[in-house]
Amino acid sequence: MKLLRKNIEKLNLFLENYPKIGIYFPQFLIILLLGIIISYFSMNASTNMAARGIETGFGFLANKASFDIQFSLIDFDSNDSYARAYLVGLLNTLLVSGIGIFFATVIGFFVGITRLSTNILASKVAEAYIEIFRNIPLLLQIFFWYFAVLRLLPSSDNSLILFNFVFANIKGIYIPRFIWENLNYFLYGFLFSILIIYLFVSISKKKQEKTGLQVPTFTTSLIIFFTINFLVIYFGQVGLTLSYPVLETNRGLHNYMGGVSVIPELIALAFSLSLYTSTFIAECVRAGILGIDKGQKEAAASIGLSKAQILKLIVIPQALRIIIPPVTNQYLNLTKNSSLAAAIAYPDIVLVFAGTALMQTGKAIEIVSITMLTYLTLSVSISIFMNWYNKKNSIAER
Amino acid sequence: MKIIKFAVSIFAVLLLAACGNESAKKTSTLDTTKSQGFVKCGVSQGLPGFSNADASGNWAGIDVDVCRAVAAAVLGDATKVKYTPLSAKERFTALQAGDIDVLSRNTTWTLERDAAIGLEFVGVNFYDGQGFMVRKKSGIKSVKDFKNGTKVCTNTGTTTELNMADFFKAAGVSYEPVVFEKADEVVQAYDSGRCDTYTTDKSGLAAQRTKLSAPDDHIVLPETISKEPLGPVVREGDATWADVVRWSLNVWIEAEEYGVNSGNIDSMMDSKNPAIQRIVGAEGTKNGAGLNLDQKWSYNLIKQVGNYAESYKRNLADTGIMPDRGPNALWTNGGILYVPPVR
Amino acid sequence: MKFINWSKQNLFANWKDSLLTITILYLFYVSMPPLLNWVFLDATFFGDSKKDCTGDGACWVFVNVWIKRFTYGMYPNDQIWRINLAFVIFFISIGSYFFVSSKIKKCIFIFLTVIFPFLAIFLFHGGSLGLEEVETRVWGGLFLTLFISVFSIIFCFPIGVLLAMGRRSNLPVIKYFSIGFIELWRGVPLITVLFMAAVMFPVFLPSGTNLDKLIRVIIAITLFESAYIAEVVRGGLQAIPRGQYDAANSIGMGYWKSHLLIILPQALKIVIPGVANTFIALFKDTPLILVVGLMELLGMVNMAKTNPAWLGLATEGYVFAAFVYFIFCFSMSRYSLGLENKLKTTN
Repeated sequence: MKLLRKNIEKLNLFLENYPKIGIYFPQFLIILLLGIIISYFSMNASTNMAARGIETGFGFLANKASFDIQFSLIDFDSNDSYARAYLVGLLNTLLVSGIGIFFATVIGFFVGITRLSTNILASKVAEAYIEIFRNIPLLLQIFFWYFAVLRLLPSSDNSLILFNFVFANIKGIYIPRFIWENLNYFLYGFLFSILIIYLFVSISKKKQEKTGLQVPTFTTSLIIFFTINFLVIYFGQVGLTLSYPVLETNRGLHNYMGGVSVIPELIALAFSLSLYTSTFIAECVRAGILGIDKGQKEAAASIGLSKAQILKLIVIPQALRIIIPPVTNQYLNLTKNSSLAAAIAYPDIVLVFAGTALMQTGKAIEIVSITMLTYLTLSVSISIFMNWYNKKNSIAER
Repeated sequence: MKIIKFAVSIFAVLLLAACGNESAKKTSTLDTTKSQGFVKCGVSQGLPGFSNADASGNWAGIDVDVCRAVAAAVLGDATKVKYTPLSAKERFTALQAGDIDVLSRNTTWTLERDAAIGLEFVGVNFYDGQGFMVRKKSGIKSVKDFKNGTKVCTNTGTTTELNMADFFKAAGVSYEPVVFEKADEVVQAYDSGRCDTYTTDKSGLAAQRTKLSAPDDHIVLPETISKEPLGPVVREGDATWADVVRWSLNVWIEAEEYGVNSGNIDSMMDSKNPAIQRIVGAEGTKNGAGLNLDQKWSYNLIKQVGNYAESYKRNLADTGIMPDRGPNALWTNGGILYVPPVR
Repeated sequence: MKFINWSKQNLFANWKDSLLTITILYLFYVSMPPLLNWVFLDATFFGDSKKDCTGDGACWVFVNVWIKRFTYGMYPNDQIWRINLAFVIFFISIGSYFFVSSKIKKCIFIFLTVIFPFLAIFLFHGGSLGLEEVETRVWGGLFLTLFISVFSIIFCFPIGVLLAMGRRSNLPVIKYFSIGFIELWRGVPLITVLFMAAVMFPVFLPSGTNLDKLIRVIIAITLFESAYIAEVVRGGLQAIPRGQYDAANSIGMGYWKSHLLIILPQALKIVIPGVANTFIALFKDTPLILVVGLMELLGMVNMAKTNPAWLGLATEGYVFAAFVYFIFCFSMSRYSLGLENKLKTTN
């Protein structure tokens, strides 16, 4: 014991004489520790799997999936591979996230601005909305809309009918499908008009900076947009017909065929994701607007800008700079939260791949890793984009 | 510098722990089971007739009886079982990882499962097949009546999902699968009208039907679209343990064949029939030696659990779930229940 | 008179405001009476079965009958006193915390963080000293929600602090390890982490080690939330002025001493609201454990609503669960907001 203490004292003295060891040793230790932990776990895994005769590897991705998926954006049937099932799941995740992001943003901005309204009643209602929907777990909200609300819809032979072409029943909401003729002309024309508007706006901005003359950009852009698109539609013979959902009866079974079917799982998920995330976006928007110095507005007013101009030229650009980073973060959260789809039957990547495919193949390690890596890639790429955006838009301090 | 000392000691401890674990010798499941005094058995999260817990947590069912049979054979006491309810997703990992030693959870024996994911099926305790349930008022009388656009509710990650894909593909009918992980949610989705039909093993349909709001409004279609031999599973690579479970299953079924049951087994001990003597492990037969079990293993099993017929009657017939034994009758009675001889 | 002036200013300042006010009032007028009728007037509160619900309103009998299961899960009825006892001890010590001198406060703090967790686990699980063993798989309901949240936060807090310090370290290996660790967990959804705990962990452990599912889940949640705590704490560390570090260094304090005595106490004080928010997020994430088969409050509601005798009462169950979660989350968020404002004024 005495010897040990003596040696430790010697060690301490030694370390004080060579301070570099104090820098390298802990790092070395961490690497070693990590190495040991990782090799310990992988050794266990490999012995376990060898003992049980489990093959590892990603070869299974090329195998036939042999199951069907309720809802997919690309063609899929049971002859396709697991890799394609993964793709179907990923696209469905992106679809529900995209829809959720759109509505969450719209609702969030609306509620956030209402929250700052001078009308106390409106502001209180917005506050109540925020507090209610952000303080109830998302999964509970999804369950509520899916199991409690959407299950109240009538059966399919008794659908709710809106405007004679939207049919809602417990099996989903059915809307007409667009069937385009010469759609490509329309798309080219659309892109072309956007390009022209972009050029026009940037030219007139430069002009304004040089001469101080203001061009009514918004009105002109609208005129350009409609003229070009109208011409393209007229001369390119772009046509649009609707294919309506039709109720087909097979003995006592009633199903709508044709049209586009929006499954209730998608509706419940997109709806609750939007409501939940919109409360956080509303708070970001509110913080962004409150974050602008009052002096800015007063200064703008004092140089004679109108109220609309102050909002457009002073408040919104500065507020957006504050709002966008946290809102992007919320978009990311929404995308990650869409994984709760697995709890109701929406076929996202977690349900299709980390659920069905995992259970059919038994390849737990490979499949959970791929799924986690997918989400990780999504978030890291968004973070990289955000860093780039922040750098680009940060105020150059002088 | 103190922290470095601390880290060094932690490191040393970890290293020792790691090495110690590596050198630990693998013991056989049979020995561990004997020494810990209970059988670790994986069952379903609730399927009446197969494995279902009552309000006070007692498990019953024909799958549960397999666990009890193994416990009686190995430990001499059928109650020495620790049940772990598992979802379809967890069941194989739990077995592979050693959370459980027997999986008796209405699991279908297939090539893929037997060969590729480290499992070993030891036999069949229930011959099942996949069927469809529909509402009576739908007017559907046969699976041939399904047309394009049918909405089908089922469990995800089961053989059911694959059979259904095959079936509709062969019939050339387009359908929409609505898949949930929990059986309860499938039942509710079907009950609410989200789906036109509900498909799973016929025994499952019969059991789950009791959970519908109006069970009498639904019928099970006559056709069976798949073979579903359900049976207990063990880990691959432990032949001794696999043998124990396999022969517990076999003696349980063969006892019925020779009319040995929990009531008459004591008198059967003196039977003159050599086959019965072997089944009950009477004097002079070297019954349990090959399995590393004691001589009374089969006696305990039959005495405490009963034979297959008793289990079936108790769990499936008397409860009204599957009163008719159908394919699960003995081969001598027109069924396909046929096990290798205990000798 | 005062009211008229007030409403003129705040509700009817111009025609837009007036329109808005009237619209909102109209919406209230349309939606509130049926809602109140459903919740209170037409609702049935007492009874033993679904048949007792005769009115058009909510059937609170459902909640009433199942309340024990919602609170304690499948925990044996005759053992429930153990849970109650633990919570009574917990609340008494928290309550008394505010009324005693600072010396006893310290004792209470140590009791709560060091002794109480073990005491609680012993009470809940039992298995020795004459207490019957209660397996973790029958734990459930609100009790499990609280258990998982409290234990995860106890474990993830120190890990989070270490990670935050690691991320700001000058040593590249430690720094990048911390960054990698934090970003890994922040980049994936909790549900995949839980899958990992349920189906992957066992493969990585030596065969035969049987780690309880609840422990695996707590480990998963701890790893996941510690990354979020780390980012919150990092914000606090960054807010400490450079001078504090320099001052600590100049009087000869090493890295650990200066952090423990000077930097962390200040930084942690700043981040209390942030930590509270992370805790709320953790609390709201607990229902996810039902994907791996553990049943906290929401899981129990889901189970009860599929019981054949109680079909069709999902709405009541979810409304009740939402109400409980709301009470907890809302009061915690108000508390953290209060702290935030208090910090703002004291600084």
